[in-house]
Amino acid sequence: MTALQEHIVIARMIDNNTKVLDLGCGEGDLLTLLSREKGVKGQGVEIDEKAIYSCVEKGLNVFHDDLDNGLIDYSDNSFDYVIMNQTLQEVRSPQVVLREALRVGRKVIVGFPNFAYWKARFQLFFRGRAPVTSTLPHQWYDTPNLHFLSIADFRDYCREERINILQSAYLPDNIFTSFLPNLFALSAILMIDMNLSNNN
Amino acid sequence: MTNNSDSIGIVKTRYFTFAEGSERFNLTLGDKLGPVTVAYETYGRLNNNKTNAILIAHALSGDAHAAGYHEGDKKPGWWDAMIGPGKAFDTNKFYVICSNVLGGCKGTTGPISLNPETGEPYALTFPLITLRDMVRVQRRLLDSMGIKKLLSVAGGSMGGMQVLQWMVSYPNRVLSAIPIATALRHTAQQIAFNEVGRQSIMADPYWKSGYYYGGYIPAKGLAVARMIGHITYMSEKSMEEKFGRQRKGNISPFRFNADFEVENYLHYKGDKFVERFDANSYLYITKAMDLFDLTGGCKPIEDIFKKVEAKVLVIAFKSDWLYPIHQSKEIVKACKKAGLQTTFCEIYSEYGHDAFLLEIEEQSHLISHFLCKIARENDIELPTQ
Repeated sequence: MTALQEHIVIARMIDNNTKVLDLGCGEGDLLTLLSREKGVKGQGVEIDEKAIYSCVEKGLNVFHDDLDNGLIDYSDNSFDYVIMNQTLQEVRSPQVVLREALRVGRKVIVGFPNFAYWKARFQLFFRGRAPVTSTLPHQWYDTPNLHFLSIADFRDYCREERINILQSAYLPDNIFTSFLPNLFALSAILMIDMNLSNNN
Repeated sequence: MTNNSDSIGIVKTRYFTFAEGSERFNLTLGDKLGPVTVAYETYGRLNNNKTNAILIAHALSGDAHAAGYHEGDKKPGWWDAMIGPGKAFDTNKFYVICSNVLGGCKGTTGPISLNPETGEPYALTFPLITLRDMVRVQRRLLDSMGIKKLLSVAGGSMGGMQVLQWMVSYPNRVLSAIPIATALRHTAQQIAFNEVGRQSIMADPYWKSGYYYGGYIPAKGLAVARMIGHITYMSEKSMEEKFGRQRKGNISPFRFNADFEVENYLHYKGDKFVERFDANSYLYITKAMDLFDLTGGCKPIEDIFKKVEAKVLVIAFKSDWLYPIHQSKEIVKACKKAGLQTTFCEIYSEYGHDAFLLEIEEQSHLISHFLCKIARENDIELPTQ
């Protein structure tokens, strides 16, 4: 699973000429793709100083900040999309960041590694080891991930919080993942928004 | 003198005078001044449309000589590492202008200048000035050059305050802005440090209520003010690394000589400063910094940059405790609220506030790419070599 594949999936979800906030934008590859292919007006937020230099080199606007407190200054619906690709599991309070993202963005795109991928289950169940997969490549002692979730976990959470799942994509993209994503997908990319129409 | 290919080489300070004859320059606080002379230097070439100009604003003790060498000098201008061919402010592409601030003592009208009405230096009859006045003087200089819009305005510390003031005063005349290690307003702590500096000058018997020109100068007072300044410009760590508890020699400490290296350094810096700076200028400029407040006391933060369209690059330094990171974040917040396209980078540095003069590589990387983007997006014609 490459980052580029994820980026292409995200780019497909996004409308042309929109305003995008990329939380944890890294070196800005996704924002560069989106501004080139979709003409989006992008803003990145990133905590790593070196990555900031790469973003500026690419001509992107980026804030050097911590996501856990990075969104308070934005008013509601400031962006068409807020993207959190491979960042939700790394922030201290995913719930707070997700709520904030849903507040400042009309739609939110979340991409995360699936902890219930069959190889991960296998490693945990038969080998008794914390799983190491291509989307969860780290050992327990050096992982940046603070939270572990499966696709089913996230779906449950959305139901409880009255969050709509508007679109979902699973990687790798094949017949297995489309039938049983929680078992076969290495990562999921979901587009969500707040359920405002039928929240009674 | 240098023959480095990345140096601008020999440069000269030039002068522009306005508010001559019956015209007077109206100051923000109500006073009038005239004539006003501005010392300035330029580097690089202005393109045909006059659209590639960048204004550099200097800090408290800076001057118009930002880059290159004056004839016969061994030391280059104060930001030479950042301005020149192929540097952050690339003089092969851009026309870089730096002028001495109003109230200064390096060629621009200030308390040391002669009052034409009396034929004597203004001294304390010089009116109180503000950051806004400094920026208005710079605008007059640009008007005289026929420059309608700046590609960028950049500066650190008090230079950064001028950058912010430019955004507010002339939102239609700046395509981009680079405020470095600065703040929307001085905090009580910053005012306090400045006040100690001012009191030190005014406590010197040679200050004579400001009328010391032509006689002894308040050298001790000004040197102490500068020593305090230098302490605030460094970090605890950079001081510790540079000096530690090293001693100068075998001088007996009981005679209160400067026996620690750090004492020696501060004395040296203080004495050097006295040779090149006017005590009254120090009073006026630090006061202008303290009066600076873009929040207007109570203005909602989203209104500060309301009419601004400039793209902004905010830079701060981790160990800077004189203008701490949170003050830069406040600038960023105001930019966010105004919907400005903004980039913010907190550069890791152990140099304290001085980092804006010393962290060249990181700043250059950010600034050069930022400026190229601005030039590209606005189809700015860059001079061909």
